[in-house]
Amino acid sequence: MSSRLLIGDTEPARGAGMRRLTVRLHIDPPLLIAVATVALIGLAILYSATDQDMQHVWKQILRLGVATVGMFMVAQVPPHWLKRITPAAFATGILLLIAVLIVGYTGKGAQRWLNLGLFRFQPAEIMKLAVPMMIAWYLDDRALPPRGSYVAVCALMILVPVGLIAKQPDLGTALLVTGAGFFVLFFAGLRWRLILGLLLLGAALIPVLWHFMHGYQRQRVLIFLNPESDPLGSGYHIIQSMIALGSGGLYGKGWLNGTQSHLNFLPEGSTDFILAVFGEEFGLFGILVLFALYLFIVVRSLYIAVQAQTTFTRLLAGGLALTFFFYVFVNAGMVTGLLPVVGLPLPLISYGGTSMVTVMAGFGILMSIHTHRKLLPT
Amino acid sequence: MARGITLKDYPAENRLTIARATWAVVIIGLLLTLLIGRLVYLQVVLHEHYTTLSKENWVKLLPVPPTRGLIYDRNGVLLAENVPTYNLEITPEQVKDLKAVISGLRKLMPISDADVEAFRRLMAQKPRFESIPLRFHLTPREVARFAVDRWRFPGVEVTARLSRHYPLAPLAVHDIGYVGRIDVADLQRVSAGEYAGTSYIGKTGIERHYESILHGAVGLEQVEANAQGRTLRVLKRDAPHPGDNLYLTLDANLQATAQKAMGDYGGAVVALDPHNGDILAMVSTPVYNPNPFVNGISSKAYRVLHTNPGHPLFDRAIRGLYAPGSTIKPFMALAGLQYGVITPASTVYCPGYYQLPGDSRKYWGWKRGGHGIVDLRKAITQSCDIYFYTLAHELGIERMHAFLSRFGFGEPTGVDLPGEKNGLLPSPEWKRATRHQPWYPGETLINGIGQGFTLVTPLQLAAATATLATHGRRVVPHLLYATRDPATGRLSVVPPRHLPAILLSHPSYWKDVITSMTDVVGNIHGTAHAIDRGLRYTVAGKTGTAQLFGTGQGAYRDEATVPRRLRDNALFIGFAPAENPRIVVAVIVEHGGYGGVTAAPIARKVMDEYLLKEGR
Repeated sequence: MSSRLLIGDTEPARGAGMRRLTVRLHIDPPLLIAVATVALIGLAILYSATDQDMQHVWKQILRLGVATVGMFMVAQVPPHWLKRITPAAFATGILLLIAVLIVGYTGKGAQRWLNLGLFRFQPAEIMKLAVPMMIAWYLDDRALPPRGSYVAVCALMILVPVGLIAKQPDLGTALLVTGAGFFVLFFAGLRWRLILGLLLLGAALIPVLWHFMHGYQRQRVLIFLNPESDPLGSGYHIIQSMIALGSGGLYGKGWLNGTQSHLNFLPEGSTDFILAVFGEEFGLFGILVLFALYLFIVVRSLYIAVQAQTTFTRLLAGGLALTFFFYVFVNAGMVTGLLPVVGLPLPLISYGGTSMVTVMAGFGILMSIHTHRKLLPT
Repeated sequence: MARGITLKDYPAENRLTIARATWAVVIIGLLLTLLIGRLVYLQVVLHEHYTTLSKENWVKLLPVPPTRGLIYDRNGVLLAENVPTYNLEITPEQVKDLKAVISGLRKLMPISDADVEAFRRLMAQKPRFESIPLRFHLTPREVARFAVDRWRFPGVEVTARLSRHYPLAPLAVHDIGYVGRIDVADLQRVSAGEYAGTSYIGKTGIERHYESILHGAVGLEQVEANAQGRTLRVLKRDAPHPGDNLYLTLDANLQATAQKAMGDYGGAVVALDPHNGDILAMVSTPVYNPNPFVNGISSKAYRVLHTNPGHPLFDRAIRGLYAPGSTIKPFMALAGLQYGVITPASTVYCPGYYQLPGDSRKYWGWKRGGHGIVDLRKAITQSCDIYFYTLAHELGIERMHAFLSRFGFGEPTGVDLPGEKNGLLPSPEWKRATRHQPWYPGETLINGIGQGFTLVTPLQLAAATATLATHGRRVVPHLLYATRDPATGRLSVVPPRHLPAILLSHPSYWKDVITSMTDVVGNIHGTAHAIDRGLRYTVAGKTGTAQLFGTGQGAYRDEATVPRRLRDNALFIGFAPAENPRIVVAVIVEHGGYGGVTAAPIARKVMDEYLLKEGR
């Protein structure tokens, strides 16, 4: 068995034993190292953002541990098993979303949580993975690029869960799930004309969407367009976030020295706006290093997609790669004032558990795809 | 079924995936470039702007009020001090039911309706987040009692503050004045920045006149504050510069003597050092206690003071306008000598009245039957009105006005106190301008003996007497002797301000008048001879009795039988020792009757205190 065939490596001799081991454990070392590095940076900045509260940091470490275990477990599942359970997972997700709307818990004004006795969880999280899986499953044995009718079916598979999520309401997750589904279609070769058409349709739908928005969501959009209109109210987040970033400058104020976050000027500094804390303390260079790590993770994931052997895995890996980037981009865009505040965390860094588990499970799928490839005849 | 007939073209799909991955990388690259561009804009281009905003966020400037300068008398006796007091303060914003809180506090300590009223008045002026005092000067017992129950009163606290206190009050209250809480009108005459954090400002007297010296310079504290505005730590502190301590020219003992000598009469006593203009004592009676004004006097207490028929709040020494009566005569005599209208030896026959040529009307003198043949000496010693009617008539009002002006009559002395009055030295121009009437010759006579339109303040009278005592040297009377910077301990003595001296054609004229004035006390016929007994120095003086209510010319009356409020004002000016004057005293006793009887003894007590007990 040649490792060159597996990973396309240029250095077959050295470390071959180790490589065999990681393959057997279904681990992708480059991805793991990059993800771990980002997570460690995340812990350091969380320590600062929570005013050196080790209790929060320990909680986050625990979550990371759980999520990592979850990632390893998912990585052991061969892709064809994954494919087999996809329709069931999707259906379950839909049912849970309906259940949330009926009996769900309300937190921060939105109905997102489902109490499962031991813990509460957000069914919407499942959809971040289930939607791309479902579309990849649907397109797996169909000719690509997909024809119009297939696209219509895919659109339905995206819009039904997204509609349910948006109704909770959870605009951020709805946006992310839409993205996840769309990226699979993109990888399936969705025609540029159609992409353009969808973008135009989306633009045309904005007024309709506006009509269905909740008051606070409309507020957020308005504030995004002009933060200064309400500097002490809803615009406060954005203004304080830009002050934090801007005052950080090129090199930052130094770890634990950010005044914006430590003196409580920056709200949600440990969750959605943690990038502002990072930018304040480590400056533009710190953010560039972080972006480089994120970019590496995305490119590695895309590489895994290209190397994948089945349509299902190829589409799924590509979709997950782009979703991860989308995640980072939306959060960074929000923190820098490029995008409206939609309430998405910065993956691997923001304080909080639910999204961490989903993101890590996504990496588990990617690792599984990469390490479960069948040998091709040379 | 469509599914069945579609054939998958694996190499094509492979190419498609690679193409799409490439596109994805391109798009990701573009979006990242956009993000980084945005970050460069925020973190590099606008860095300084946001650094400023960030600093504004967390660095707050808090004013640190300076300590007000103390006020001492010339011998270092403390007249105004700052004492720490415990006040009960309420922050209205943090209190839900103010009424309930106040009635709750009333169970712990006495809080008068006046306190509540003052509190509500302040509350209406101040922002709701500022704490406002409800009770001042809590006793340690009250502080302790509140401390026990404090948990029941959120938004209420006991604060320690420095409060102005006048330990010798009401001594020299009109001179020192008092401070009070800053109001809107006060803020228009000072810069609000300098008074940020200060709660008191000089309202009257020295406290007001030397406000800028007493106040000092405000300090600034740069503090780190969090989003809630709570101070976390002090970053930098520019200490405030305390106000300078003032040393007044007043002699507290002399002031007390003068105040006591006034008894229950209304009036004023001014004592000057004629050589340098130092005001040694300046009393206006009745007096009042300034201490309640410091933290806001209740309107009831204020009404009592305000409606008091004695007008205690009124500073008679610099604002009271009195007819000088016969105390004007020595100055008239100098005018006569200077213009050559009289000589020391020239005489006038006094039949007890005077008639203008061609006029049958009789202008009566104060003495029934007249003084007979009167020269300058006798005219002053016995205060012969007829002599001065004659003199006034021959001088004419224009020359009288010109000469008396040189002594400062009719204009403020320039004393370092706010609100000094001009007095009035009449002239035909003045009468035409204000009354639209011509000047009548009879008015010249009346004003020549210090009645009629002529009005002086006690301080003016004292300053003019000092000029007379020093043979024409003029110096601005003042209360400030020196200032001391409490930080460096450096004492700066304020030099006296001299005005152009009065030069007469013959310096001997001064002597002629002063000698006559010593006879006022020393001669058996002198109008102030009553104070001569046991006198251990020579006094040059002049009495005055100013009519307040016209009883008709020539109607003589026995002052003792007239009710006090209808009696004349009694005046006395004098200086001692006559040959080398060290103190000048002017006394005005409202409704005191004869100057020689009521006013002169007060002056003697002041002179005794100053000249005999000095150097104890």
